[in-house]
Amino acid sequence: MSRLPVAKTYKLFIGGAFPRSESGRVYDVATPTGEFIANASKASRKDARDAVVAARAAVAKWSGATANNRGQVLYRIAEMLEGRTAQFIDEIQKSTGASAKDASAEVHAAIDLLVWYAGWTDKYAQVVGGANPVAGPFFNLSVPEPTGVVAVVAPQTGPTSLLGLVATVAPALVTGNTVVVIASESSPCAAMSFAEVVATSDVPGGVVNILTGSPTEMTPWLASHQDINAIDLTGADSELALACERDAAETLKRVVRPGQFSATLGSIDRIGAFVETKTVWHTKSLS
Amino acid sequence: MSFLEYAPAPESTSILNLSPSYGLFINGEWVDGGDDSYTTISPATEKPIAEIAHASANDVDRAVAAARRAYDTVWSRMSGADRGKYLFRIARLIQERARELAVAETLDNGKPIRETRDVDVPLVAAWFFHYAGWSDKLEWAGLGANPKSLGVAGQIIPWNFPLLMLAWKVAPALAAGNTVVLKPAETTPLTALLFAEICQQAGLPAGVVNIIPGRGSVAGARLVEHPDVNKIAFTGSTAVGRQIARTIAGTDTKLTLELGGKGANIVFDDAAVDEAVEGIVRGIFFNQGHVCCAGSRLLVQENIHDEIVEKLTRRLSTLRLGDPLDKNTDIGAINSKEQLDRITALVNTGESEGAERWTLDCPVPKAGFWFRPTVFTNVATSNTIAREEIFGPVLSVLTFRTADEAITKANNTPYGLSAGIWTQNASRMLRVADELRAGVIWANTFNQFDPTSPFGGYKESGYGREGGRHGLTAYLTNGDAR
Repeated sequence: MSRLPVAKTYKLFIGGAFPRSESGRVYDVATPTGEFIANASKASRKDARDAVVAARAAVAKWSGATANNRGQVLYRIAEMLEGRTAQFIDEIQKSTGASAKDASAEVHAAIDLLVWYAGWTDKYAQVVGGANPVAGPFFNLSVPEPTGVVAVVAPQTGPTSLLGLVATVAPALVTGNTVVVIASESSPCAAMSFAEVVATSDVPGGVVNILTGSPTEMTPWLASHQDINAIDLTGADSELALACERDAAETLKRVVRPGQFSATLGSIDRIGAFVETKTVWHTKSLS
Repeated sequence: MSFLEYAPAPESTSILNLSPSYGLFINGEWVDGGDDSYTTISPATEKPIAEIAHASANDVDRAVAAARRAYDTVWSRMSGADRGKYLFRIARLIQERARELAVAETLDNGKPIRETRDVDVPLVAAWFFHYAGWSDKLEWAGLGANPKSLGVAGQIIPWNFPLLMLAWKVAPALAAGNTVVLKPAETTPLTALLFAEICQQAGLPAGVVNIIPGRGSVAGARLVEHPDVNKIAFTGSTAVGRQIARTIAGTDTKLTLELGGKGANIVFDDAAVDEAVEGIVRGIFFNQGHVCCAGSRLLVQENIHDEIVEKLTRRLSTLRLGDPLDKNTDIGAINSKEQLDRITALVNTGESEGAERWTLDCPVPKAGFWFRPTVFTNVATSNTIAREEIFGPVLSVLTFRTADEAITKANNTPYGLSAGIWTQNASRMLRVADELRAGVIWANTFNQFDPTSPFGGYKESGYGREGGRHGLTAYLTNGDAR
């Protein structure tokens, strides 16, 4: 006798909790053939703002954690994801129509990418920073620091509902930024299951905030938000990206343009897009 | 004669061999500008120096075309070693003509000869010398084995360090293999035009460096929106920086911005007080306070406030304001009437908002633009003079009790360019440096610059770095698949 399965309610992930959209709105998520999968939360402007508040509140703890600790936490995400591989393959297949082979390759790539970025946390500063040989009696050191809160539009097209999300979120986390990410609108299920992975991986609440819904509706609010330091428009179409880059100029946000980096591969430049170089001078003397 | 009086020791201007008029430097030649010309004056005397051409939008197009041609046919094909040799030549020519450049800069800008001679021009030469050596070592810049130049760089620089800002922009751009179109500030075109002569003397191929004085609203605007410019580098106000970021949205143009600041200079009660006082002076009265990274907000631990202010005003009383060409001068002229009006207006606002004003009692020359060193005490965090960049010799003094409060107050600004920390406690210095949201932290010193040391801001002070390997990467792209 077949058992009636228990369907999951897909909500948002804000500040370590799983609220519904304050707007009460949902939208249909369907398979490529039109079969109903779930009602995803359609996040509103206010949800986005709540997510920014949560992300800002989490900056001190995450950026203040040791690089070693951030590496362990990112690695833990990879471990948790590995354990749920079958679930993600299933969700990706359902929502994108990918073959089992492709879906499995995507999940494995996402896991391996997390491991790759986990290893960067305690190496990045050494690779890009260092002592500067100034012409004077000074100690002079440049180090990368996280820029703060990063808004991300995850890739919206292509079979990358999980990999695209991981490839855009993980590099921002490496140096201690916190993230508000708008997941793939058409296949949000894997993103919200990824939120469950994050929630069980010792990631402090608010470090990763995941919204589902319309990037066209939400991204402009994030682009003009006064308390966001950088915006990654990888998943925005060209019209949305143009409008948002213009809005982002008002607060001089650091902007990643669509196509600037690979949406699926690891990149040290992606880490670098969300850091500030701090240079400290100190006098040297025997007295 | 009291110990404060000196016999005048003016630097002679006879070393200068200026033309009565200057055109635009495009494709290695001097050409007329399409827009009306204007007279650049000395802000210390209001006397004319030379007639300067204004570049029109068409002139900008011509300059970009020349830069593109030079990029395609010469500069991008040249070996890094040869590019480096040109830059080494330029560095040497700057050293050889250092005295002349210092005098020209002081004449055109109004800053003391002591600064142009000892700070600006030596740093300019050092900048070219540093980046010259990078030209044939780009594969070690951290962008993989095959880094590529970007193409044509459009560069727009301010009037506060005219030749130094040129060096910060031009040296890394050329080392990385780009060609440049540079627009100097309207009030200070002179040393950029002398630099064009130096490019000729160095035999730099035509079109690699193009210098086009002009209005920001005409030449600057055209350069920013030009479709054949691959990179914009701008130093100037945050308002214009925003405009530029908006303009290039949706393009592939790369952008670095060095914008305004409202730097906090934090003095703890265990600081070496006399050194701190010198550092405060250097922080805000260097270059008449026309410094984006100036320490314009002094945060003093409450228990030493009175002592610091007393020692500071006593020290300021020994500063000499006047002829910038005089080697004894500490405080030169304000660069322009507009800037003087802006400083005056902000200082008036400071008074009307209730801060207590102290201004150096000293004679001021009749002609020219001058502002006497001014210190405001009893300043509230919300006061305009504690929030807005004044860009003049005006210091706002605030107090704090704990390190946490100092950090909070220091970071309470949309800017994030510089900060100073004065304490003899190394642990505290390092922890405070960690917490400050600013790109350059000077601990027990202030306003130090070096070509190897990255400089640039957090938040609304801009993005990108100038100096060292970091500054080089702003003109390179990763040639491999991304």
